[in-house]
Amino acid sequence: MSDNDSKKPQGRKPKLPPGMGTPAGKKPTLPPGMGKPAGRKPSMPPGAKPPGAPPPGMPSGDGASGLTRADFSSDQDVRWCPGCGDYAILATVQRLMPELGVPRENVVFISGIGCSSRFPYYMNTYGMHSIHGRAPTIATGLKASRPDLDIWMITGDGDSLSIGGNHIIHIMRRNVDLQIIMFNNQIYGLTKGQYSPTSEVGKVTKSTPFGSIDHPFNPIALVLGADSAFAARTMDRDPKHMKEILQQAHAFKGTGFVEVYQNCNIFNDGAFFDVTEKATKSERAVFFEHGKPLVYAGGKKGLRLEGFHLQSIDLEEGNWGVDDCLVYDETSRELATILARVYWRDNLPQPFGVFYREDRPSYDAQVNEQVQAVIEQRGKGSLADLLAEGDTWVVE
Amino acid sequence: MPSKTVEILPEATVLFAGDSGDGMQLTGTQFTMATAHAMNDLATLPDFPAEIRAPVGTTYGVSGFQLHFGSVDIRTPGDEVDLLVAMNPAALIVNLDRVRPGGTVLVNSNAFEKKDLKLANLASNPLEDGSLDKFRVIQVELTRLTRETLKDTDLNQKQIDRSKNMFALGLALWLYSRPIEPAQRWLESKFARKPEIRDANLELLKKGFHFGETTEQFVTRYEVTPATLPPGRYRAVQGVQALAMGIVAAANKSGLPITYGSYPITPASDLLHALSRYKNHGIMTIQAEDEIAAIGMAIGASFGGALGITGTSGPGVALKGEAMGLAHITELPLVIVNVQRGGPSTGLPTKTEQSDLMQALFGRNGDAPMPVIAASTPGDCFEVAYEACRIAVKYMTPVVLLSDGYLANGSEPWLIPDPDDLREFDVSFATETNAEVEGKPVFHPYVRDQKTLARPWAKPGVPGLEHRIGGLEKADGTGNVSYDAANHEKMTRLRAEKVERVQQDIKPLEVFGDKDADLLIIGWGSTRGAIEAGVTRALNAGHKAAAVHLRWVHPLPPDLGEVLSQYSSFLVPELNNGQLVRILRDRFLLPFEAMNKIQGRPFGPSEIANKIAEMVG
Repeated sequence: MSDNDSKKPQGRKPKLPPGMGTPAGKKPTLPPGMGKPAGRKPSMPPGAKPPGAPPPGMPSGDGASGLTRADFSSDQDVRWCPGCGDYAILATVQRLMPELGVPRENVVFISGIGCSSRFPYYMNTYGMHSIHGRAPTIATGLKASRPDLDIWMITGDGDSLSIGGNHIIHIMRRNVDLQIIMFNNQIYGLTKGQYSPTSEVGKVTKSTPFGSIDHPFNPIALVLGADSAFAARTMDRDPKHMKEILQQAHAFKGTGFVEVYQNCNIFNDGAFFDVTEKATKSERAVFFEHGKPLVYAGGKKGLRLEGFHLQSIDLEEGNWGVDDCLVYDETSRELATILARVYWRDNLPQPFGVFYREDRPSYDAQVNEQVQAVIEQRGKGSLADLLAEGDTWVVE
Repeated sequence: MPSKTVEILPEATVLFAGDSGDGMQLTGTQFTMATAHAMNDLATLPDFPAEIRAPVGTTYGVSGFQLHFGSVDIRTPGDEVDLLVAMNPAALIVNLDRVRPGGTVLVNSNAFEKKDLKLANLASNPLEDGSLDKFRVIQVELTRLTRETLKDTDLNQKQIDRSKNMFALGLALWLYSRPIEPAQRWLESKFARKPEIRDANLELLKKGFHFGETTEQFVTRYEVTPATLPPGRYRAVQGVQALAMGIVAAANKSGLPITYGSYPITPASDLLHALSRYKNHGIMTIQAEDEIAAIGMAIGASFGGALGITGTSGPGVALKGEAMGLAHITELPLVIVNVQRGGPSTGLPTKTEQSDLMQALFGRNGDAPMPVIAASTPGDCFEVAYEACRIAVKYMTPVVLLSDGYLANGSEPWLIPDPDDLREFDVSFATETNAEVEGKPVFHPYVRDQKTLARPWAKPGVPGLEHRIGGLEKADGTGNVSYDAANHEKMTRLRAEKVERVQQDIKPLEVFGDKDADLLIIGWGSTRGAIEAGVTRALNAGHKAAAVHLRWVHPLPPDLGEVLSQYSSFLVPELNNGQLVRILRDRFLLPFEAMNKIQGRPFGPSEIANKIAEMVG
């Protein structure tokens, strides 16, 4: 049974054993007093800048390339809504770029359609803003024919999980060596506020005035099901964590899939505040790392494995200690599956980190190796010989 | 041994038909090779069902292979069949209307039992009920003779029965005085590792050949003397092979790596199969997860400085429409191959049609014209593929290449081209900045070449040329996103004008037939052979007519208006419900008469000749 296919009536206390699911896509209710104050205006995410404003004078962190963050900003006005989580992601990526040491001319950003997919226009690198859902196909063709390039694919929850669903699963199984940043805001922003494939059941939007009845995707579980070789989750409001995760995705030789929880302050404001805002973040989010115990709430709580399920344990009462917590192993497909299924649970924190990493050859490397192998075996093809292949005869 | 009289024929048409499991395509192919070795000109038409192995003995499982050969110029797979080889009642009934009165019908008489007739839905036996009175019928006990020949082998009954096509092939080779050696050589290499099967097939082939010599049923044997073809080295080539080799030639002459993205679809899959073998010729193939992915991958490759090509059939093009628009607005080189089949929807997957012309010209959102080139014969697929690639790169535009099921699967003798004779294929990538902003050198991706209006092709990896392209409207020059009203109109016109300028590369039209005629026939694509053969027949019958063939359907050749002005009546034959004819009427406002055939089969020359007679006779 998956985490979100139980049919618990809404509003009743769960009678399920620990680790069993909450109703489909239902947002966890917060402990008393921790709710979002009504009418509270969301603060600007770190790194955000209003459209048209010059990039904030943050320390750029000169990288190995000798370039700075400013070298990666294009001359185009950023046209996202003020306060959008996208700004934080753009700022983080621009700050990360110089540190990666990749010559700017070898960097390519490929995107689909949606708010997030305007991203390439703001990067002073090579880039293509393509068509809805198809960025994985363009990125795959580019990387296969140009394995020397460093490709980043930018997409959103609608772009990659709905219209581009077929391509996202196939790029995962192929393991094309590139990075995918999926901005998940659980809403369609650019088309002005319809529910997305990650929106929770019951969501009232312009296209679902009586509430959405669609069962939502759990993106990490989805890509793991498609044999993703690297799957991670981070959030717009924690640029430090985001940068670390993006760095790891970049270092990975294969498809580095990173889901970023991103606030759409216009159509789905506060969708992730439980896990991103200071008041609740430590209780509702767990940041896990390879080789380290799963501990959260400032070290007061941990997660232990009970059979196939994770259980929250109190590390202060004296019954449990850090040694009882699960030590995460990102190379374990089984653990990745268990952790990925911790998805909007009342009794468990939402996990952030690298769920899974599997070293296997990338598609682009293999396709080029095969070409090389054929050339070595048969020699470089001769056009004249090919044309005259097979049975021929001469007319005098 | 009874001596046979030999009758010399200028040309003949043979049709092999049987169950799709009877090996008729193979039999036809081997007869074709023997005919090529006999130095005849030829054209073939394989005709098979969409089902891989439809129930045995049924009419919908009938597979056929038609071959037209002669000492004269052969332009089509033949109007009427001279010899039908039918392996069962279903194959006989399905194809009988194609046999000319007085033609020969050779049947496997062991396959006309009650159950066989029932499978073919026949109430009575056509061998007995008089329905074959118009034809010369030769009954051969193919099954029994095959079993008899192989009775001492270790092959099982099923293997033995499956080999009877070789007996039929041997007999047909004898009947038309074809050499037996090419088929022998083929069997020897094909079954080199299965000596029992090889020997059984070789034995049957020989027995079939000898059977013709000894049986009393044949008093006449035919001979078709060599055709007068231009001198040089020849091979038989199928359209799909020629198309694949044209793509290899483009890679070779341009120095560009080629990335071919494709999703399997009849009848275009063979292009993927062929190209996937050419990895050492600079071709990378990717079998994509769907049609959209296939074109997306090709576009991605083109952005990276390779030439992206995608191949499919009509339903696949429907899915690629949005991405074709992306290639149009990003002005990247791309070739979209459409091996047309009968439509709409799934339509007739294994039958030929020319019904995707409008789709090629207009099947996209927005104003998104692109050059459209169409192949006319199996061998012409080579040149057309090369030309499509060349134009795509020269003008930085997607190009649609139209082939069809008949061209793809049909074959003809092909004078092997010399790679040195191909047109030059120059490629230039942007290497430096081309504009200045506030005193700084910058690269603007939409600054155009004055002659071709092509934008520069800058591949990632070149410092200083970093730029972004995409599906949103571009500002003229800078390529920045622009919603400006006047700019949109300007860019739409510029993109269209660029496509029009492909006219600079179109060779002058050649008029076939009697240039002084009143009637001009205008055709495109695979109907060329039938049209020109039909015109020849009409001229021989004293009916004046001329024909012109369009290789480029968009843009139309610059001299087409001038050619049209020489004639007063016009006929536009097409294997669709009238598509080019509408384009011509719109452009030239002349009285173009449509002639349409929508049966999944090509025109025969007599259909064209009869129409000419009706119009001018």
